[in-house]
Amino acid sequence: MAEPLAITPIRYSFGADEHLFAEVSDSMSLEAFFKGMAVTRAVERLALDGVLDVCLANASFQIRFDPDRIAPQALLEAVQGAEAEAVAERSLQTRIIEIPVLYNDPWTHETLMRFRDRHQDPASTDLEYAARINGLADVDAFIAAHSGAPWFVSMVGFVAGLPFMFQMVERQRQLQVPKYLRPRTDTPKLTLGHGGCFGCIYSVRGAGGYQMFGVTPAPIYDPQQTLNYLKAHMVFFRPGDIVQFKPIDRRAYDQAVADVEEGRFDLRIRPVEFSLDAFLADPVGYPKSLQEVLA
Amino acid sequence: MIKVLKPGLATSVQDLGREGYYHLGIPPSGALDQYALRAANHLVGNPAGAAALECALVGPELEFQQDVLVAVCGAQMPALLDGREQRPDTAFAVRAGQVLRFGFPTAGARAYLAVAGGIDVPEVLGSRSTYALGALGGFQGRKLMAGDLLPVGVPSGKTRAGASLPMALRQALGGEVVVRVVPGLYFHRLTEAAAQSFFTQAWTVGSEADRIGYRYKGGSALSFQPREQPFGAGSDPSNIVDSCYPIGSIQVPAGLEPIILHRDAVSGGGYAMIGTVISADLDLIGQMQPNQQARFLAVSLEQALEARRSYKKKLACLARLFG
Repeated sequence: MAEPLAITPIRYSFGADEHLFAEVSDSMSLEAFFKGMAVTRAVERLALDGVLDVCLANASFQIRFDPDRIAPQALLEAVQGAEAEAVAERSLQTRIIEIPVLYNDPWTHETLMRFRDRHQDPASTDLEYAARINGLADVDAFIAAHSGAPWFVSMVGFVAGLPFMFQMVERQRQLQVPKYLRPRTDTPKLTLGHGGCFGCIYSVRGAGGYQMFGVTPAPIYDPQQTLNYLKAHMVFFRPGDIVQFKPIDRRAYDQAVADVEEGRFDLRIRPVEFSLDAFLADPVGYPKSLQEVLA
Repeated sequence: MIKVLKPGLATSVQDLGREGYYHLGIPPSGALDQYALRAANHLVGNPAGAAALECALVGPELEFQQDVLVAVCGAQMPALLDGREQRPDTAFAVRAGQVLRFGFPTAGARAYLAVAGGIDVPEVLGSRSTYALGALGGFQGRKLMAGDLLPVGVPSGKTRAGASLPMALRQALGGEVVVRVVPGLYFHRLTEAAAQSFFTQAWTVGSEADRIGYRYKGGSALSFQPREQPFGAGSDPSNIVDSCYPIGSIQVPAGLEPIILHRDAVSGGGYAMIGTVISADLDLIGQMQPNQQARFLAVSLEQALEARRSYKKKLACLARLFG
């Protein structure tokens, strides 16, 4: 699957007079995400007057524009030009972030029990269900797989600052779970969720349909911008960020929450270069070399 | 200051909204009826984009602690000052100590109360608009509650009580609404029958209708062409790999009830969008009441741009009149 996507033209469609929508691929892959990222970065570099927002999603992107300042056709041509130029980009300067997670925590457990009637398998927990349908021996094996390889932030959105993440493993090792049969009306803040092939962290409390596996003590969205790593922007994640989950126990979680409350909590963040070709050549070994950057 | 005695159903501080953060999941927010917000601001001598109160369906009860000029535009929700009904689309003076409340809307769903000087909450990311899902902007990031004290800015003094919108610049609300839509995005995923019935049937606004989106019911189910779902797209034929949602885009989860996303939209998700409401018609959506009827009319991008030009002309007329 490596070659064709790079040369398959993107499908464009106007979302009425203020949006240009672009589908890189109808299926999810690291290649599709990477191509979308390369094109949107090229579009941003053009700094076109009238472009209000360049929004990257997993395997697609969208440009919100003011048609009084840039004609839709002129925008389309500029983006197609950027597309032609950007397909050659195969590496990314980014950062890797360690996110501590209390898997199997009491708060998501309380919530998932409350909404059991909306679940595919009311007799087990979300983690037990996810382990079973992914052919893993038990919850511990699932957690090991979930935290065993890093994830790409492939989209930020749904609500403010919520990262969608795609794990850096071959397709046959991707963890997949359906969403709840009916969405919950409540999800604890900072819940680690999973739906389809995507992981997420719920940035705020609210409705949600993803399976729930744990919580992180690390705020990722804060309009007050209290913590050090949120000083630059109230939204922490950007598409292209690489995330490594680190399982922690209840004691470490409580300590981290206390640190957050006192404003001294920080995250381990390191600069890193990601090479798509190096990953495709060695999808097991290459992510390990990224994890080592955090050591 | 203005003291909130009763908050109403969903009253929030809104201006024209913020641009440039949708890629982080922060939607534009701002008045759902941008025309009404502008009109109300003009009547009290404010810049068109000053922050005002958006009052949905059940208006607030407010005690003014200062003399100030105010105006109400948008939904036909009678404004009662110490019980005396005020003329709509017309500026009127409020004295310190007087109480303003609203009757039920006879047409439209959102009234905009502008006060001279604007609601003086701090700007967040370039706007005073409330984005409640993200607890951002507006008054403490939320809709109003009883006891809130709203600060008022410095009036320009450009207009006086009695300043009024000419009839030609007032909005006609109520009745069946025709909403113009540019088909596209994942429209090709619908069956031919669904692609037609979406535009031929009448739809009514459901009870789930708020600043995030409007849900419509009453039409027959819209089926999507069966396919082997692509990797990551989810199992229902209405599912796609999670993508960005345009403001005004129409999604149909499980093919059942179309949802039009509005200015507090969730910025993305996994439901196929079948088209987008044109920018000139977005104001109409926010003025629809539950159970009001709509028909969707397919238009081309060219027609959408033409409609936008007409809309902008109307805005220019407003600005000239009060400039």
